[in-house]
Amino acid sequence: MNMKSILLIWRQKPTLRAIVFWLLPAAFLGFFFYQPLLVLFNLLISPRWGFNLAELDLNRIWKPLWFTTGQAALSTLLTMLIGLPGAWLFARFTFPGKRALKMLTTLPFILPTVVVAAGFNALLGPRGWVNLGLMSMFNLSSPPIQFLNTFGAILTAHVFYNTTIIIRVVSNAWAQQNIRLQHAAKVLGATPWQTFREVTLPLLRPSILASVLLVFLFNFTSFGVVLMLGGPQFATLEVEIYTQALHLLNLPVASVLSILQLICTLLITITHNKLAGQQSMVITPRSQVLGTRRPKKGFERFVVILLVITLFSLLISPLAALALRSVVKLEPSRGERGEISQGLTLQFYRELGVNRRDSLFYVPPIAAARNSFIFALITILITISLGLLVAYGLQQPSHINKILDPLLMLPLGASAITLGLGFVIVFNRPPFSNISFPVLLPIAHSLVALPFIVRTLTPALGSIPRSLRNAARALGASPLRTWREVDLPLLSPAIIVSTIFALTISLGEFGASTFLAKPAYPTLPVAIYRYISQPGAMNYGQALAMSTLLMLVCASGIFIIERIQSDDKE
Amino acid sequence: MLTIEHIQKNYEGKPLLKDVSFQVDEDETVCLLGPSGSGKSTLLRIIAGLEDAEGGEVAWNGVSLADIPAHQRQFGLMFQDYALFPHRNVAENIAFGLRMQNRSQEQIRREVQKALQTINMADFANRKVTELSGGEQQRVALARALAPEPRLLMLDEPLGALDRTLREQLSRELRRILHQTKVPAIYVTHDQEEAFAIADRLLLLHDGVILQSGKPQEIYYHPHNRWVAEFFGLGNLVPGEVIGHTPLKVNTALGHIQPACEGKTPDLGQKVSLLFRPTQACQSQADCPNQVTGRVMDRVFQGENYLVSLHIHDQLPPFTVNLPDPPALGNELTVSYQPEDVLCLRNGA
Repeated sequence: MNMKSILLIWRQKPTLRAIVFWLLPAAFLGFFFYQPLLVLFNLLISPRWGFNLAELDLNRIWKPLWFTTGQAALSTLLTMLIGLPGAWLFARFTFPGKRALKMLTTLPFILPTVVVAAGFNALLGPRGWVNLGLMSMFNLSSPPIQFLNTFGAILTAHVFYNTTIIIRVVSNAWAQQNIRLQHAAKVLGATPWQTFREVTLPLLRPSILASVLLVFLFNFTSFGVVLMLGGPQFATLEVEIYTQALHLLNLPVASVLSILQLICTLLITITHNKLAGQQSMVITPRSQVLGTRRPKKGFERFVVILLVITLFSLLISPLAALALRSVVKLEPSRGERGEISQGLTLQFYRELGVNRRDSLFYVPPIAAARNSFIFALITILITISLGLLVAYGLQQPSHINKILDPLLMLPLGASAITLGLGFVIVFNRPPFSNISFPVLLPIAHSLVALPFIVRTLTPALGSIPRSLRNAARALGASPLRTWREVDLPLLSPAIIVSTIFALTISLGEFGASTFLAKPAYPTLPVAIYRYISQPGAMNYGQALAMSTLLMLVCASGIFIIERIQSDDKE
Repeated sequence: MLTIEHIQKNYEGKPLLKDVSFQVDEDETVCLLGPSGSGKSTLLRIIAGLEDAEGGEVAWNGVSLADIPAHQRQFGLMFQDYALFPHRNVAENIAFGLRMQNRSQEQIRREVQKALQTINMADFANRKVTELSGGEQQRVALARALAPEPRLLMLDEPLGALDRTLREQLSRELRRILHQTKVPAIYVTHDQEEAFAIADRLLLLHDGVILQSGKPQEIYYHPHNRWVAEFFGLGNLVPGEVIGHTPLKVNTALGHIQPACEGKTPDLGQKVSLLFRPTQACQSQADCPNQVTGRVMDRVFQGENYLVSLHIHDQLPPFTVNLPDPPALGNELTVSYQPEDVLCLRNGA
């Protein structure tokens, strides 16, 4: 068979092309995602563990499931209460600071949970601004506000995280509604309220439902926030899996919980995808869209100002508290006695490179940062190459994509904790045992990040008109040259965005890392978690300093993404 | 010289191109004309080597191109949506094909400059292509296709996306540039006026075959069958049945008509269509065998004359004629056609 006939077959068989592109990604997913998943299932029926499903104490299952669902529902409700008015604000009004606020709303998408937890800790924790302020104002000996380890702390952090999802999704749909529909309703005699109820709201319903489900899903699978702000007594499924597996070493129970969790998230994801599909149908046929305007005087103006202030303080205060607290010394370090000099200091940052404890397992924080960046680099390499292959595979007009696409997206529904648990069970033996264990971390991070990368690259690839490639070919570019001259430069913004996604997801990933990061190779989030719970101003300060750095990296990442995406629109 | 022989191509299981054969000579501009969906663009992609035919052969100067991939055929192709590279500016777009030929920097710069002058856009070199108007994009696309000096240029509905006045202006410019460069060209369009303006020769693609080919005026005056006359909108088509030879006589809803016929005389009893061109109607003459009578439904002033619609029969669409003076609305009107002005056309191929 010569080159020509191979090329001919390549050109005429889209399924063959799809298979070739999918080969590596499918092998990767099969080995590192589906294999651990199958082993988890197998664990429940295999006699090796001496585990009998029938003897399982159902309380261990029902309690966390109920609590998870309940807190997720309550968090979602609270999020709606701020998010929907927020969406209205963004869709309908111009106001000073709108650009800044819009920028801020992108932050929670990408901020690691440990950073958010540290932020709320720095604001409302026992050593945070509010408590220290109240203590010095009223000469109290103990912090008056108990925020950490409360249910309220979990809810607050969830509201912080998810309000912007509602705002983004719903305000987009809102702003894109065809203004003529509203004009038609008004001309037909509808009052503004009737117009809203009869036209605007029904058209918004799919996007509201979709965003609500998404928020519910995030709350349902939330781990870092619950663990760091709620403490062990608030056991969601995720925290319970973590506790059962890592602290009680009860792997079968952890597996049951994992599978239960997977089923729940799958159901939510499927429903969400159905709704999200409907949503785009409503949005597409638009011609002239709603404009924004300044709020009118009086009540409307009052509501708008109130909303702007609420959103600004919700989004800024924990982050500002974190950044400020990391450069201010307010309490004595461990072993430091008597009066201390309070004030601005970079001490916590300077100490990041020092190993105070001189013990084998306590590495200096800077080492954790180095580990994190190495892992992130590997994650970027893996996800971009696999992501490109998948994007090209999905591009082929072949039926097998209908089967493979959902298989790829399943890791989105599986929690990082489940992933970590599966890895521990399957790969914690030769050749993967201890020494090579750190290799698994970037692989786990890649599994978490890959769906996002694919969702970024695929539309970018799809939006390259075929005629551009044909033009290049007709002008004398070979197929490879065509790829380099047309595909690559046109994909590069999406590749940059994907790189940033991979970077921030890997840097901030906490769930799987708690399972897989060995004490000798902590990642930044794991180190932050470790340091923030230690006594002493130095440990606390260092945890906040690390969190601040992580926040800055992620914030600049999202800033670049926003710039690229707004360039795209022009 | 390009030779296309017996090209076949299916689209979604149905035959799109059944048996297409034609050739394009040196410095000849050929217009490939056909309704949308007739496979014109597919045929161009097959010639360019961007798509494979299921049968037949594309040859250049007698040598089959089957083994030559698209990028080595040296055929220029200008796309309907222009397909300008959005990540490159005007000059870089034009330079693309030259770069692929590994020309020197200096030579590329010179050629691009020359191309920009040809299309009267010398000042646009560093502009983003996304900032150009439709007409400017069209000219840049033409310059890009011509810059590498292709041995054949193919243009796929190059004026399709533009508005009418711009189209007329640009089609003249295209004609000038095509003649100036003397590159053989295949020009695809579904617009007959555009085809008449550009083409040395027309190829009419219908139902997967080249139905008729020839100079524009040949096709205009001698349509091959009913479909061609309908496609070009040549005039009123009235169905009928042959009832007599010498002279040829056709029974229609208008009565018995004596038409002229080209080529083989149709058999007795054969179903045919008669073409009455509106411009060839005369004021009624008693000695003329063909009289058409109807009620005046409408008259539209057209500058030189009036377009008059006649209602003849409930089963017939309005019969239109061009007359120098407007008749009164609602009146009966009779016009006559000389036998040589009524064309008898076959219904099928």
